[in-house]
Amino acid sequence: MLDQAGGYTTVDGRKIGGVVMEMKNITLRFGGVVAIKDISFDIREGEIRAIIGPNGAGKSSMLNVISGFYVPSEGEVWFHGEKRPPMRPFEVARQGIARTFQNIALFEGMSVLDNVMTGRLTHMKTGLFSQALWKGPAEKEETENREVAEKIIDFLEIQHIRKTPVSRLPYGLKKRVELARALAAQPKLLLLDEPMAGMNVEEKEDMSRFILDVNDEFGTTIALIEHDMGVVMDLSDRVVVMDYGKKIGDGPPDEVRNNQDVIDAYLGVAHD
Amino acid sequence: MFYREAGDFKTSYQQDSQTFPIRFDRYRYYVVLAVAFGVVPFLINDYWANAILVPFLIYAIAAIGLNILTGYCGQVSLGTGGFMAVGAYACYKLMTAFPEVSMFIHVILAGGITAAVGVLFGLPSLRIKGFYLAVATLAAQFFLVWLLNRVPWFYNYSASGQISAPEREVFGIMITGANAPSWAVYLFCLIFLSLAGILARNLTRGTMGRRWMAIRDMDIAAEIIGVNPLTAKLTAFAVSSFFVGISGALFFSVYLGAVEVGEAFGIQKSFLVLFMVIIGGLGSIFGAFAGAAFLVVLPVALKLVGVDVLGWATDIVAHLQLVIVGGLIITFLVLEPHGLAQLWRVAKEKLRLWPFPY
Repeated sequence: MLDQAGGYTTVDGRKIGGVVMEMKNITLRFGGVVAIKDISFDIREGEIRAIIGPNGAGKSSMLNVISGFYVPSEGEVWFHGEKRPPMRPFEVARQGIARTFQNIALFEGMSVLDNVMTGRLTHMKTGLFSQALWKGPAEKEETENREVAEKIIDFLEIQHIRKTPVSRLPYGLKKRVELARALAAQPKLLLLDEPMAGMNVEEKEDMSRFILDVNDEFGTTIALIEHDMGVVMDLSDRVVVMDYGKKIGDGPPDEVRNNQDVIDAYLGVAHD
Repeated sequence: MFYREAGDFKTSYQQDSQTFPIRFDRYRYYVVLAVAFGVVPFLINDYWANAILVPFLIYAIAAIGLNILTGYCGQVSLGTGGFMAVGAYACYKLMTAFPEVSMFIHVILAGGITAAVGVLFGLPSLRIKGFYLAVATLAAQFFLVWLLNRVPWFYNYSASGQISAPEREVFGIMITGANAPSWAVYLFCLIFLSLAGILARNLTRGTMGRRWMAIRDMDIAAEIIGVNPLTAKLTAFAVSSFFVGISGALFFSVYLGAVEVGEAFGIQKSFLVLFMVIIGGLGSIFGAFAGAAFLVVLPVALKLVGVDVLGWATDIVAHLQLVIVGGLIITFLVLEPHGLAQLWRVAKEKLRLWPFPY
């Protein structure tokens, strides 16, 4: 199914490009606990890649390795064809990787607009002194980045709460604001940690639509963790399945669905 | 009725991010500035200047400084007194070493030196947070006071161990020493406060402020979106100490004139400025003004009412003041953690909709 350039064409006819991120034999240990055991997989340009697995399988740990929270005990992370040295999360962010969190991590004391604008921080360079003067470079930069932020705000349909403090928003909207903050960075790779957790059907449908639109309109490569199998199977182009820190399946949704190991992991195996 | 944004349309993002988006607010701000610069200097007398206006101006600068660190960046500091002392002694050394240089430059340089010291003592904040950081800055407070007391070079080997400000002029007008006219001292401090307020506001509404607030609200998420915690925290310490240093320099040079470090810049000064920030409102520049005004006016007002009107003994009123301040702080922490600034904000919100409830 891979074509010559290493890419492939999805079921719905989108062209998927070369490898953006490659995890090579990643192992992550905490003392004696092995959270991730020798896992390799890649994420290709423009695709929606899902990581699934039962609770405690190591999915979030994997996302934390990608976003720089954890340094893998063994193995290599390759991003855009270069081996990534161990780096702090803010350096990873500057490389163009943005993420959302399982339990919302917004800046509660700031307005929605300010939260989205923090997503632009990696693009804003003016120093302390021009900031203090405001007029000139700082104001120009602020306006330019505000335009980008406003586009994202329009896109996610949160214009009406632009100036509302985040602490006053309901859960579903907070999730959307968090997505807006990550998108404002215009990332090359967007990581979503359970974007639909705790949502009702309608909110899930909205969120799924936004994820597809983001992928479609901005061409953003997305890696997501999700428990709702219906959502995962509908959204994603390829799925990695983890169980007890090991990879037990990798491929298009249909292939994974029929994988015996995956079925065993989710439904259990009869012992007789 | 005037307090409306109706009809005041914003057509650009610059207009939308200005400090006073509502027209009425903007004009009020210009009026306050005009009165402060154009009217008050003609009416001022020694009593008003020394009892209320000059201490208010100076403490407001310190409160802005501490508010940047504690209110915006979330790093609790109990070292304000120590940093004010650094500003005062730096100003003293500069004044005596370079008598011909303008006082404006001395005060700003004193702020710069304090900023460097602040960064040094801000380094622990990279490892420790909250309560433990407060204890670390408390150590800075005691260490700095001890250092300035023990090393005679800092007070030019004077026999008393005090530093006293030599007489200096700005544009031919005396501004330090006993003969300085009160309007000149007032204007000198007002210029610094206005600049401090504008600079602080510019920093906090832009990228730098967002970095600080991101660190304050959730440092892990801040790092994940690309905020370097090291530079964000250290710039907060630097900017904060810069303002605190300026306020210390002014407190010594134009207000007190002569200073004994342990007495003028002891731990109680740190707490006083912290109380100003808490009562005024954490994370608000206006709060720094409100808190400073409140805690400067309160003792004067209490004395006026207690001693002059009711005829109570001075010491009873002084003790009463401690009780009232303590009670107020507890009240504010419980009922309105965002302080006077939040009350003001709520009042404005109500006023905007008046006469309708919502």
